[in-house]
Amino acid sequence: MTRKDSSLSRRHVLAGAAAGAAVGSLGLPAILGAQPAAIKVGILHPVTGPLSYSGTQARAGAQMAIEEINAAGGIKSMGGARLEALLADAQSRPDVGAAEVEKLNEAGAAAIVGPFASGIALATTQAAARHGIPHIVDVGVVDQVVTRGLANTFRFGPGLKTIVDTAIGNLIKINEGAGKPARTVMIVHEESAFGSGMATTLNAELPKHGFEIVETIKHANPTRDFSNIVLRVQARKPDLLIPSNYYDEYVLFARALQQQRVAPKAIYSILGGGASSYKFLKEFPQAASYVMDCNHWFDPRKAQALALKEKTEKRNLFFTYEVFLNYSCVYLLADALERAGNARRDAITAALAASTLDRHVMPYGPTRFVNGQNTGAQPVTTQILDRDIKVIFPLAFASGNVVYPIPERLG
Amino acid sequence: MNARLVMAAGLAAALAVPYLVRSDFWLGFLITVLLFAVMGMAWNILGGYAGQFSFGHAAFFGTGAYAAAVLHIGFGLNPWLGLAVAALAGGLVALVIGYLSFRYGLRGSYFALITLAFAEVLRILANWAEFTGGGVGLYVPLKVGIANLQFSGKTGYYYVALGFAVLSLAVGWALEHSRLGAQLMAIRENEDAAQALGVDTFACKLKAIALSGALTGIGGGFYTHYYLYIDPGIAYGPGVSVEILLVPIIGGLGTVFGPLLGSAVLHGAGELARRLMGDAPGLNLIFYGVLLIVMVRFMPEGLMGLVWRLRRRWRRVADA
Amino acid sequence: MLDPIILLPAAINGLTMGAVYALVALGLTLIYGVLHIINFAHGSLLMVGLYGAFFLHRAGLDPYLALVVMVPALFFTGYALQWSVIGKASHGSDQNILLVTLGASIVIENLALYFFSADTRTIDTPYSFEMIDLGVALVPLPRVIAFAAALVLAAVLWFLIARTDLGRAIRAVAKERQGARLVGIDVDHIFAMSFGIGTACLGAAACLLLPMFYVSPHVGHVFVLVAFTVVVLGGMGSFSGALIGGLLIGVTESLGGLLLGESLGQMGIFLIFIATLMFRPSGLFGSRLS
Repeated sequence: MTRKDSSLSRRHVLAGAAAGAAVGSLGLPAILGAQPAAIKVGILHPVTGPLSYSGTQARAGAQMAIEEINAAGGIKSMGGARLEALLADAQSRPDVGAAEVEKLNEAGAAAIVGPFASGIALATTQAAARHGIPHIVDVGVVDQVVTRGLANTFRFGPGLKTIVDTAIGNLIKINEGAGKPARTVMIVHEESAFGSGMATTLNAELPKHGFEIVETIKHANPTRDFSNIVLRVQARKPDLLIPSNYYDEYVLFARALQQQRVAPKAIYSILGGGASSYKFLKEFPQAASYVMDCNHWFDPRKAQALALKEKTEKRNLFFTYEVFLNYSCVYLLADALERAGNARRDAITAALAASTLDRHVMPYGPTRFVNGQNTGAQPVTTQILDRDIKVIFPLAFASGNVVYPIPERLG
Repeated sequence: MNARLVMAAGLAAALAVPYLVRSDFWLGFLITVLLFAVMGMAWNILGGYAGQFSFGHAAFFGTGAYAAAVLHIGFGLNPWLGLAVAALAGGLVALVIGYLSFRYGLRGSYFALITLAFAEVLRILANWAEFTGGGVGLYVPLKVGIANLQFSGKTGYYYVALGFAVLSLAVGWALEHSRLGAQLMAIRENEDAAQALGVDTFACKLKAIALSGALTGIGGGFYTHYYLYIDPGIAYGPGVSVEILLVPIIGGLGTVFGPLLGSAVLHGAGELARRLMGDAPGLNLIFYGVLLIVMVRFMPEGLMGLVWRLRRRWRRVADA
Repeated sequence: MLDPIILLPAAINGLTMGAVYALVALGLTLIYGVLHIINFAHGSLLMVGLYGAFFLHRAGLDPYLALVVMVPALFFTGYALQWSVIGKASHGSDQNILLVTLGASIVIENLALYFFSADTRTIDTPYSFEMIDLGVALVPLPRVIAFAAALVLAAVLWFLIARTDLGRAIRAVAKERQGARLVGIDVDHIFAMSFGIGTACLGAAACLLLPMFYVSPHVGHVFVLVAFTVVVLGGMGSFSGALIGGLLIGVTESLGGLLLGESLGQMGIFLIFIATLMFRPSGLFGSRLS
């Protein structure tokens, strides 16, 4: 017990000293002469636990951005100060995420980027707010993340409401554009926050636009077998299938659909686990073709995005949305630092609130935060065509033409 | 007496902690330690003293958490009262589960497995029901204020957790020195013999599980108001059941201070692992798992067992 | 919501899935029947088997052929685990065994995470999408193979336990530990053998499962609770119980999913679990190694 006490006070002193040194060096880069103090950025994601895949992808995206920014000379307005990543693991749990925020606070983090999952984001943004740490949320789509009036929270990507609204809007356009071949809809969604939230909204909105939802199936996480769900899809014969699941379940579902030779007129996924995944495309090209998804996606017209894709794939990683969203979030932070000219938390928060960054890889236009939500953020509708994932909506960013309904498949 | 002095000093130190420890992280750490000390003691009552190992204490934790959340969010019930209701809810669910399990004579691994199953059933129900928010979960609105059991810093939560931890120690101590405690220990050692000696084993076990459930329920209620978000996985998942049972087993079954010690060491070990093993995903948990195995290998009677062994050795040296 | 036409195909799906559950549960029931321990590490050992089969496939070996490698490999893994870790650390106490297997499962799972990363991996075989037409239902070939394999494995285990010397020793230890020691049986070795054989069954289950599933560090969690239910339902230590239990659970899950919805229907499994424990704790076939 004694040993623990002394280590407590030692840590306390060290933390205090570090904070003091950081603050002290901030104002005098020229006088110090050599490298200005690094700016500590908390990179917090669930890299262990059930969400570990998304967490490690997210971390990789953030780290690539930090490397690039440092290689290009760091934050110029602060004398070329480099960004230093403080890597933290939320262990797929909100309570651990909140504890890590405390650690990051004491390690002198100027800002936090993360934590991918909605449930964890609620806890981390709150914990960060108590210390006034600006917290950029990379994904965390649940609406409550930005509706609690926390001035330090900035969500770069779109929220659930925007995603579902956009998805429905695009679906209507696609359907009308082809002469409304689809009327009946079947929804297959996972049981947790995003799937359930999605299903509720779809059930409320789709009927208003002439769609008839013949069945909504909620399945567990994890689900071991989709054969019976596929039987029901087969029995109902919906024109349109809307899946919303995590990757593992999506794989099993898609395989089962292929096995039972069930082929609806179209598969329009929303926040689908594999529907706009290069990994899924690579491993199941047949099951993947013509699948549409309304999801986070990069802007295919931007050279920076394509360069990042190449870099990611060189590292033997799939180019998933966690990567490019976090990459953009770090650039967002770097831009705020440039404009703020210092690494004080309140200055960064103010700079973020006024941000109009266009130099990111997302199809959002310049950022504009209103109550913590980037109003330009939007999901995009993709379709898997010619063994590639193409953007089909919005037309301004489109890289392919929608094929709808799905042509009769062979075999 | 020596022991009383030590305990008084310990309490005084514990009360002074928020003034000595300025780190929010370490305060949060201590809050977690205290919370699991409470729930560990709850498990200890049923598992350590009565010898009935439950793998589904999440059933009581989750019920307490949801009771507090639903009543506060839906009906505006004051959170402090909500904690009492959480205890009640936990106790009630415990009575039901206990009745069904003990009435059908389940013991040992069978009892452990049925508690696991009950927790899973509750998890599935929570996922399906509307009033629990289904898969989306429940968010407690932000509104700082003592009356609302929400504090701007960690200090308030620390004292609440400390209060419950002291309560749990008192309950443990009272149990150990009570008739019920003696009966439970008799049941633990040999249930049939206890029955033959005239102990109403059914009633005793029910009392133990109800008490255990109520105390765990308080922990759940506290969790709701501290973290402000619960969902079926957090509330009823096997993770929390395992975390709760690890505490008294490592600390020392059937002891008063075991759960507190176990909670401190377990969470300390987790934190140590995280700092030692750096950023590579999974390394710290590998270290933690190995540590667990090593602890069991060298401290089969838990930490309290080790403490007693050392005390005996020290006494022998002192006497010599 | 219940369309009578799909009842029969759903039941068939349940049977084939149930055979998979039986495969996973066969090893668990042996371990429980002999060592009387709730093996927390069962799921993570299945994961190890799946990764083994996956990498062997990458090296060019078909998963069904990989059985020849994986079964012995997992046997030795299980034997070693019981001999040097679980047996040594737990000092024979039930709660300590629990802790040790829990610790082992954490270590194994995170070793996989560290070495293989969190990526979900699948394999593609030429027969993955081949379907057997049963008239009323289309069943994927890998599932039919798994079904047959479950029957074969149960028979092999039965033979091993009922007709061999080793089996007799195992039964003796399961029935009366001290007595077995007194007649000269090396109890620790038998424990390790049982754990090894139980884990070897997981190796078989893994090879049969991979063509129709996926592998990730957390895949063990997907099957563990169901496996426990099957063991309890069938009777701890009974292979025919694990087989029948697995099939029953599979069908219940299927029909429960149709009746109550896939999410709520999962409850059917646990309600059976609870009912079995309350009304017939020895399971369908009783607690004996048969």
